[in-house]
Amino acid sequence: MAKRLDIKDLNLHYGKFHAVEDVTLQVQARSVTSFIGPSGCGKSTVLRALNRMHEVIAGARVDGKVLLDGEDIYAPSVDPVQVRRTIGMVFQRANPFPTMSIRDNVVAGLKLTGEKNKKKLDEITERSLRSANLWEEVKDRLHKPGGSLSGGQQQRLCIARATAVQPDVLLMDEPCSALDPISTLAIEDLIAELKKDYTIVIVTHNMQQAARVSDQTAFFNLRAVGEPGQLVEIEETGKLFSNPNQKATEDYISGRFG
Amino acid sequence: MRTDTADVEQPAADPAFQYLSLGRKLKNNAATVVFTAAFLIAVVPLLWVLVTLLQRGLPPLLNADWWNHSFYGLLPSDFGGGIYHALVGTIEQALVCALFSVPLGVTVGIFLIEYGQNSRLAKTATFMVDILSGLPSIVAGLFIYALWITTFGFDRSGFAVSLSLVLLMLPLVVRTTETMLRIVPDELREASYALGVPKWKTILKVVLPTALSGIVTGVMLGLARIMGETAPLLILVGYSRAINFNLFEGPMASLPLTVYTARKTSTEAGEYRMWGAALTLVLLIMLINLLATLISKFFAVKTK
Ligand SMILES: Nc1ncnc2c1ncn2[C@@H]1O[C@H](COP(=O)(O)OP(=O)(O)OP(=O)(O)O)[C@@H](O)[C@H]1O
Ligand SMILES: [Mg+2]
Repeated sequence: MAKRLDIKDLNLHYGKFHAVEDVTLQVQARSVTSFIGPSGCGKSTVLRALNRMHEVIAGARVDGKVLLDGEDIYAPSVDPVQVRRTIGMVFQRANPFPTMSIRDNVVAGLKLTGEKNKKKLDEITERSLRSANLWEEVKDRLHKPGGSLSGGQQQRLCIARATAVQPDVLLMDEPCSALDPISTLAIEDLIAELKKDYTIVIVTHNMQQAARVSDQTAFFNLRAVGEPGQLVEIEETGKLFSNPNQKATEDYISGRFG
Repeated sequence: MRTDTADVEQPAADPAFQYLSLGRKLKNNAATVVFTAAFLIAVVPLLWVLVTLLQRGLPPLLNADWWNHSFYGLLPSDFGGGIYHALVGTIEQALVCALFSVPLGVTVGIFLIEYGQNSRLAKTATFMVDILSGLPSIVAGLFIYALWITTFGFDRSGFAVSLSLVLLMLPLVVRTTETMLRIVPDELREASYALGVPKWKTILKVVLPTALSGIVTGVMLGLARIMGETAPLLILVGYSRAINFNLFEGPMASLPLTVYTARKTSTEAGEYRMWGAALTLVLLIMLINLLATLISKFFAVKTK
């Protein structure tokens, strides 16, 4: 199930713009890694490169390697559709499919890739919603549209949708940035729960959150505006927050940034 | 200047808000007058058209024969008969036109937005659609005449009309599709890709359903528009007073052609028919617009 990620010399471009430079890091299976850093330093860009979503953008380019349990997801023979199936993603803004019911949203990934067995889909709906702590709230209205939920519920619906296809790795880009503290806690609990089965990488601006949920933390930074973003350091979370190796990291986490 | 014994009755500073100046009031009133006048100037002729149309066109419509008879066997000076033959013609021609332009136009729209991006082919296609959307309907008629009738040697027919209407409707469908696909947020496409759903399936099952309501509305409005086109009819098909279901053979009536033909007879009965056919055409178009609203509600993305 859960797999490890090895990222080697990753360079990412948007057209001519060099957005991220030389990122090398490892993510262990069944662990949570958080990405922190100032806005625009390329956290989302790196994250999107981990399941080949970067190349969806016109003109975007990827150099370097991303190995999933040793297998390069950017090898020419690899189908990006398969990669995304294996490495799921939750976005910053909840984006349930507006034309689908709650249930159909959860099993969208399965239904749209050919699963028809209704009983199996129902089981997966319940299991995924339960694991996203949403089941009790929506079990009586599974056939209502996904857009009828509150923002926090929608985000948990998106998490349920991402886990329903049982990926090996789950990428989350600021999943709590639009949520209230209670929904945020619910999602943090959920991350702790999901860690048993998934390898998780999460981008967050909330350093307490990074400290609470993650095993290791990567700090990204920009040398200057217009320069590519870089990985400054990646450390075990407790160590990074209490005793960082780099001055830049210390400045950032203590709020002396910029 | 302020004395040191401050007067408690007086505010310490000038009031933050000032009274509306006379100039502002005048300008405001002038603007109101101008806008009201513009509104009236725009609306009065519209009402006038409607009233005239109803006054003159309603009497024939109240006769039951109007809806299920043709003018077959009637002289131009005879009263009576009905518009059934022309309704059949207009509806058949429009439907066959839609049969071609909707699948083709939606496909082109999908290609332009979802696949074309900035490719040469897409740019060329957009350019062609631009040209086509400015094409005068008489030119569309002439083109089909030259191609279908002169070059291929077919007879003038309802089908030739449908073909020329395709030229007019296609750009409308492409445009609607493009617009509606463009407003589908990329986040939905990305959400689908991130689940491992292939692109074509994402388009088919996520993007199109989200845009469907708008596309259907646009298609219906396009249909309503081409139903009133007259110029190609004058070139591409003969008028018939009899019912002709066959698009491929013989003269075929349609509502605009009936209006035109009836006007040429300059008899009292002709005038009666002319207004009747005109009102029928307007009602048909309004019906389709209404249908468009209903259908778009039906397909609209539901939030409750
Ligand atoms: N679609 C795009 N096209 C061009 N440039 C982009 C695109 N997306 C991001 N960028 C640029 O790439 C750089 C990194 O952006 P990215 O979104 O990865 O930052 P981030 O660290 O996630 O920031 P935030 O914390 O604000 O989300 C920025 O300079 C940004 O302007
Ligand atoms: Mg970001």
